[in-house]
Amino acid sequence: MALDNKIPQGPISSKWTDYKDHIKLVNPANKRNIDVIIVGTGLAGGSAAATLAELGYNVKAFCYQDSPRRAHSIAAQGGINAAKNYSGDGDSIYRLFYDTVKGGDYRAREANVHRLAEVSVNIIDQCVAQGVPLAREYGGLLDNRSFGGTQVSRTFYAKGQTGQQLLLGAYSAMNRQIGRGKIKMYNRHEMLDLVIVNGKARGIIARNLVTGEIERHSAHAVVIATGGYGNVFFLSTNAMGSNVTAAWKAHKRGAYFANPCYTQIHPTCIPVTGDHQSKLTLMSESLRNDGRIWVPKKLEDAQAIREGKLKPTQIAEEDRDYYLERRYPSFGNLVPRDVASRAAKERCDAGFGVNATGEAVYLDFAAAIERYGKEQARIHNLDENDAKLVYDLGQKVVENKYGNLFQMYYKIVDEDPYKTPMMIYPAVHYTMGGVWVDYNLMTTVEGCYCIGEANFSDHGANRLGASALMQGLADGYFVLPYTIGDYLADDIRTGHISTDLPEFVEAENNVRSMIDHFMNNKGTHSVDYFHKKLGKIMWNKVGMARNEKGLNEAMDEIAALREDFYKNVKVSGIAESFNQELEKALRVADFLELGELFAKDALHREESCGGHFREEHQSAEGEAERDDENFSYVAAWEYKGNPREAVLHKEPLVYENIKMVTRSYK
Amino acid sequence: MNLTLKIWRQKNAKDKGQMVDYKIGGIEPDMSFLEMLDVLNNELVEKGDDPVAFDHDCREGICGMCSLFINGEAHGPDRGVTTCQLHMRKFKDGDTIYIEPFRAKAFPVIKDLVVDRSSFDRIQHAGGFVSVNTSGNTQDANALPIRKDNADKAFDAATCIGCGACVASCKNSSAMLFVSAKVSQFALLPQGRVEATERVLNMVEAMDNEGFGNCTNTGACEVECPKGISLENIARMNREYLSASIK
Ligand SMILES: Cc1cc2nc3c(=O)[nH]c(=O)nc-3n(C[C@H](O)[C@H](O)[C@H](O)COP(=O)(O)OP(=O)(O)OC[C@H]3O[C@@H](n4cnc5c(N)ncnc54)[C@H](O)[C@@H]3O)c2cc1C
Ligand code: SF4
Ligand code: FES
Repeated sequence: MALDNKIPQGPISSKWTDYKDHIKLVNPANKRNIDVIIVGTGLAGGSAAATLAELGYNVKAFCYQDSPRRAHSIAAQGGINAAKNYSGDGDSIYRLFYDTVKGGDYRAREANVHRLAEVSVNIIDQCVAQGVPLAREYGGLLDNRSFGGTQVSRTFYAKGQTGQQLLLGAYSAMNRQIGRGKIKMYNRHEMLDLVIVNGKARGIIARNLVTGEIERHSAHAVVIATGGYGNVFFLSTNAMGSNVTAAWKAHKRGAYFANPCYTQIHPTCIPVTGDHQSKLTLMSESLRNDGRIWVPKKLEDAQAIREGKLKPTQIAEEDRDYYLERRYPSFGNLVPRDVASRAAKERCDAGFGVNATGEAVYLDFAAAIERYGKEQARIHNLDENDAKLVYDLGQKVVENKYGNLFQMYYKIVDEDPYKTPMMIYPAVHYTMGGVWVDYNLMTTVEGCYCIGEANFSDHGANRLGASALMQGLADGYFVLPYTIGDYLADDIRTGHISTDLPEFVEAENNVRSMIDHFMNNKGTHSVDYFHKKLGKIMWNKVGMARNEKGLNEAMDEIAALREDFYKNVKVSGIAESFNQELEKALRVADFLELGELFAKDALHREESCGGHFREEHQSAEGEAERDDENFSYVAAWEYKGNPREAVLHKEPLVYENIKMVTRSYK
Repeated sequence: MNLTLKIWRQKNAKDKGQMVDYKIGGIEPDMSFLEMLDVLNNELVEKGDDPVAFDHDCREGICGMCSLFINGEAHGPDRGVTTCQLHMRKFKDGDTIYIEPFRAKAFPVIKDLVVDRSSFDRIQHAGGFVSVNTSGNTQDANALPIRKDNADKAFDAATCIGCGACVASCKNSSAMLFVSAKVSQFALLPQGRVEATERVLNMVEAMDNEGFGNCTNTGACEVECPKGISLENIARMNREYLSASIK
């Protein structure tokens, strides 16, 4: 099947408006006869559910947690971008569009990104109207800050808990519709298969996680909003339950999976300490506004630190290597995430790592504390040569800005980050790949839509900070409600869709046989045992830097591990009840397939771009070398029964409005 | 560290449930409490036993899903943290640790340590929102300036994660702290003022219908709240309620 991205004709700045002016509308009386299933109630799914219900459709929404308020979006810390230009520093829709395309290393789709920048403006209005308490200045107006990779202040925030507040806004909008009976909410339910009738998505099979019952749900369209798949690495900043299952099942039923290898590794996470670790914790990127990143210059110092014989504060200024400032003088510590992450790995691989495992660098606030302290001393006419006073004043300022993050670090690491530099290391964070969608956000399965982190379209090979929240809400509040209407307009006479159709029976049997297999398997190892093994293969060979040999090995190892998993996994308890081991087994089964496709995608992409770094393609200085001539396309994979046999379809990426240049932050 | 765990095991809502003893070794101080339970569960699964069910998701103190009652305290002995942020360095080698679910009539047990907190959602359905159309066309966000201290207070109230520790630590199983946090967030913002009267009446009514107890101002909720939600909110809600009822 040829890929049709359905991008409307015309100049980029009027595409979306023209499109909206010409799509089919569904009248309110007919909307009452149309059902929509939304799987996932994070920012993307929650905002979509509320809006579609508001418009009059019957919405059935699903999430695996006990409440929509707990979706992984709640964990987002830093902020959300919008081209409001409230700061008057020259921001505009075009600039947000430009930064996003460039930041994504020219692997995003122009038309989608422009639309995102356009509607970003409405998102802030919408959230404030809902009572979302975004940060304000003393004059009562909204406050902004800047984020890595951009030069304007366009990020709106609510302390370090922006995702929480935005999600609670969407959740409250959902609550209003649940109260009115327009949304039927299925908490603690997991989608385990997609049902297709006559080529159209018409329903899902879900498992009630409390009773273990397998349920059939029908609708005129299905929206997948289930977030990212970073947990394929086992260790990541994602919530423990984040999974690829719904997206993967849609893929197996015909939805192409795009750019699976584009994974964002976030530079400022708390490092791994041991094998018992279940989860990595992100420290907001805003810390890089003030923290300086360094490692010792001398190998023997690094070694002494690792052995606990030397403290970082004992290393003289001239013996420290502020490697980001050294390599990228114009952006310094504020280079984009992919660049900062790789640079940290490069130093640690060269032997300069500073924790016991050699996988950590310092994020140091001493200079910021001194700078702010002196400033405060001058403001208050105090002695700026009094070191203790300056330190105390400076610490207060830093505490006001980042107190909650410092507290979190202290709780986890048990070391006071005001006194000794923080240790950080990159960790898997966000997946830019996902289900392929056209301009309408429809997948290659008719009537199956995909929004938020689960789709692929807006961030290219690297996502700039504060833009995932923007995309989730843009898709849910302002894009999908229009595009899905255009499709559903043809369904006003279809009537209710029966769940007795043979397609539902087949899908349900498919799910049941999977569950039966796990429950009756006489294995010896827990699900986590396999998940951790998969994670190690992924991190070592498909992680921050990849090469041909490693990727080929990874594909074989994953295939072998998958076989071992089906033979030797042990799932205890019973299926017809609350069973967390079974939940995990069903998710890991899908990660074990996705992992292989992920490696295959990385192998075929013979270039380095954004979150994808192939060691064979780097400059003499170790910078990524993109190959626009041969790789300016979206890699959309079609399922053929085994991840290894997936067939590649290319959607060429055409840049008419932005000139492709090498990303340089020197 | 070697530990003795006394854990509440209950197969399902109807089962009677009981405390069961487990011995566990090899626990390191920098493990989180939930990672310690992961270790235990791994052992149980590999022996073919049913692992201990407990709720969790983000493991960074923000989703509100984790919920253990540890040695008689909601979220355990550390202050200002959720169970997933509690680390084993707060315990000593040889300790015996009691682990129970968040008990309350309005939080029925689903299995072992997992309880059903959907009563919180139903209270929110009754009024925890501003009635605004979500499909765009709202006025510019800066058209209505908001005093910074009000915005900050509204934010502080809005940081409630809906964990239910307040209910679990209250001798009356009252949900006042939770409900008042939501009422306060909207009462402090002009957007929420318009419906403030109906909101407080409806949410309090929904709270009472769910079977939560009354507030007798013991303040245990504030002490155990991982997000430092202040009792001030309860006072604010009481004022809102009073003025709404005499209108
Ligand atoms: C620690 C952290 C900090 C971040 N900070 C920022 C930031 O500052 N700015 C920014 O822009 N972005 C940030 N991000 C990224 C951003 O938070 C996410 O990309 C975004 O929230 C994803 O939203 P979503 O709605 O697509 O998915 P999610 O919020 O992940 O929601 C997924 C939903 O799907 C449901 N679900 C999943 N699988 C199934 C299934 N099989 N059946 C039923 N339901 C299912 C879940 O229950 C959930 O409701 C951060 C991410 C992390 C991890
Ligand atoms: S008020 Fe505090 S203890 Fe109660 S639900 Fe909210 S965060 Fe949890
Ligand atoms: S697991 Fe999310 S708050 Fe503890």
